[in-house]
Amino acid sequence: MSASARPPADAGSRSAAHAPAAVMGTPGPDGRFGEYGGRFVPESLVPACMELEEAFAAAWADASFRTQLASVLRDYGGRPTPVTQCARLSEELGVRLLLKREDLVHGGSHKLNNVLGQALLTVRMGKERLVAETGAGQHGVATATAAALLGLECTVYMGELDTERQELNVFRMELLGAEVRPVSSGSRTLKDAVNEALRDWVATVDRTHYCLGSVMGPHPFPYMVRELQRVVGDEARAQCQALLGGADPDVVVACVGGGSNAAGTFAGFADSGARLVGVEAAGGAAVSDGITGVLHGMKSLLLQDEEGQILEAESISAGLDYPGIGPEHAWLAASGRAQYDKATDEEVLAAFRLLARTEGILPALEPAHALAWVVREAGRSIPKGSTVLVTLSGRGDKDVAQVRELLASGDSER
Amino acid sequence: MIALEPWLRERCRAGRKLLVPYLMGGMGEDWVEALQAVAAAGADAVEVGIPFSDPMMDGPVIQQAGVHALDRGATPARVVGALASAELGVPVAVMTYYNVVFRAGHRRMAQSLRAAGVGAAIVPDIPLEELEPWAAEADAAEVATVLLVAPSTPEPRVARICARSRGFVYAVARMGVTGERESLGNETTEVVRRIRAVTDAPVCVGVGVSTPSQARAVCEVADGVVVGSALVRRLLEGGGPDAAGEFVGQLRAALDAG
Ligand SMILES: Cc1ncc(COP(=O)(O)O)c(C=O)c1O
Repeated sequence: MSASARPPADAGSRSAAHAPAAVMGTPGPDGRFGEYGGRFVPESLVPACMELEEAFAAAWADASFRTQLASVLRDYGGRPTPVTQCARLSEELGVRLLLKREDLVHGGSHKLNNVLGQALLTVRMGKERLVAETGAGQHGVATATAAALLGLECTVYMGELDTERQELNVFRMELLGAEVRPVSSGSRTLKDAVNEALRDWVATVDRTHYCLGSVMGPHPFPYMVRELQRVVGDEARAQCQALLGGADPDVVVACVGGGSNAAGTFAGFADSGARLVGVEAAGGAAVSDGITGVLHGMKSLLLQDEEGQILEAESISAGLDYPGIGPEHAWLAASGRAQYDKATDEEVLAAFRLLARTEGILPALEPAHALAWVVREAGRSIPKGSTVLVTLSGRGDKDVAQVRELLASGDSER
Repeated sequence: MIALEPWLRERCRAGRKLLVPYLMGGMGEDWVEALQAVAAAGADAVEVGIPFSDPMMDGPVIQQAGVHALDRGATPARVVGALASAELGVPVAVMTYYNVVFRAGHRRMAQSLRAAGVGAAIVPDIPLEELEPWAAEADAAEVATVLLVAPSTPEPRVARICARSRGFVYAVARMGVTGERESLGNETTEVVRRIRAVTDAPVCVGVGVSTPSQARAVCEVADGVVVGSALVRRLLEGGGPDAAGEFVGQLRAALDAG
């Protein structure tokens, strides 16, 4: 990389070129992470994926793009986010717990990191419209936010069932100027919203960018979204080192739906000695329960039946209800560099309440999975006295009504 | 088994325009009868969908047919098994998505198609770069893998796709998913022209071809048409084998008159 192309120091910029190629480096032109990844899309979309791959590579090597993104993340998004030491909860668990506070990003989750990068790239590519899929609505809201900021049109596909479950987020997106299209095909949830967004993209690719919400889909999306989220891990690594006298945490934990907040976090620690752990919802654990297959343009681990029909994931957090996992996670699991486990709905609710009471933070139900795993494993697979970093990928305001209902029905069952 | 490519080439040479109707395997009680009616009404080959839960390339009509088929318990083995005994008298191509093939295993799927007398397969979400694991097994089983060229496909890629396509070259009429369209634009003519420039294989146009007059117009440049949603919609509306055969008869007449 030439000196002029070197990204600015504040851009979360330990670029992939500097990491060992084998661990969370840049995939080759086939977009593979070991056996996983690739670009399994109809011919109509292959040229668009290639165009995007080139456009992102050029932008990512362009210092001015990095600077532009870094300043929007700072002045609009509120980065860098802090790492918070949890005194009371650490005391209770017997491990030193640190939280990377993505709940404090504008909009309330890490989703904005990815979306701002893709929206700036859209403008750079000369396109004027974004389409996105959303499950619970977080990625849809983030995309609508970035579209409003940059003056782009925005269409968000959302499963009909999810539009009913998350009415308020539908309204939020509309307030932000986006059009929300309910998807009534298939299981009427997130995976069907992805299908519909892809179908829209095929027909409108001249002027539209598909702003995919996680480290999934055809190459270059899994790589690109990981790079756009690595700001989480890069910041956290430096912050931990400052706190820990130059040391890394012993364990780094993040929840995994498609896997973007985990991939961004892990990217910062891939070349450290930290144990990396991704936590899936027990009802949608693609690593534990999935089988290798091809969906949404990627080869990865998928929940599917004997005939290859895709099954649905189901948990209390719509943001984790995806029947697959990003291909790089499938590879990190296969290679052993990261480990994946699951948390049940009950454990998650308990962790949600625990963090609220001991630290005054309401986590989103998604990262409450990561916390739940730490609560369960502290003193077991996490030795007492260890330092544990958890990425708190979002705030829990969106989940308060649901948690109230769940707790009420839990009480009445007792 | 009737091998697809020699059969189609022979008919092209005789001056006939090719008609390839599509329907979804297992979409209704009488789907095999509908297929037989379609074959008898003047199809030169038939394309049969094996349903997949997440059909990325398909619009609402074929999606719905797939849901019906899955709800009725359609599996790859059942659809292929029914084709084995359907006695259609024309070549058969199956159309499905890669996960169905991958889950079954490349070799097992290729051999089961061969055993059922299915001479061709269309799997639109395997791009050229990822084709070999499947295509090697399909070639070995003498199952023709038909590849798609899209309006967006750049020039050098068109040639590479055409060189690897077997049976015929599938020209995608427009950017988008399957579904009926009022009109087909210049991009259809253009994609056919670009394919013609690099191959002498038969070129059939699909995705959006919905009426006899569209079929005829397309065949002024192409060798044939694939007609899916317009036929499937008639079946979903309860038309049954008679309506399916009648519609295909109209398409045939339009092509023969052109
Ligand atoms: C707060 C939060 N965390 C995590 C996720 C899961 O996504 P990913 O695994 O891509 O980080 C979501 C998805 O909606 C989310 O809203």
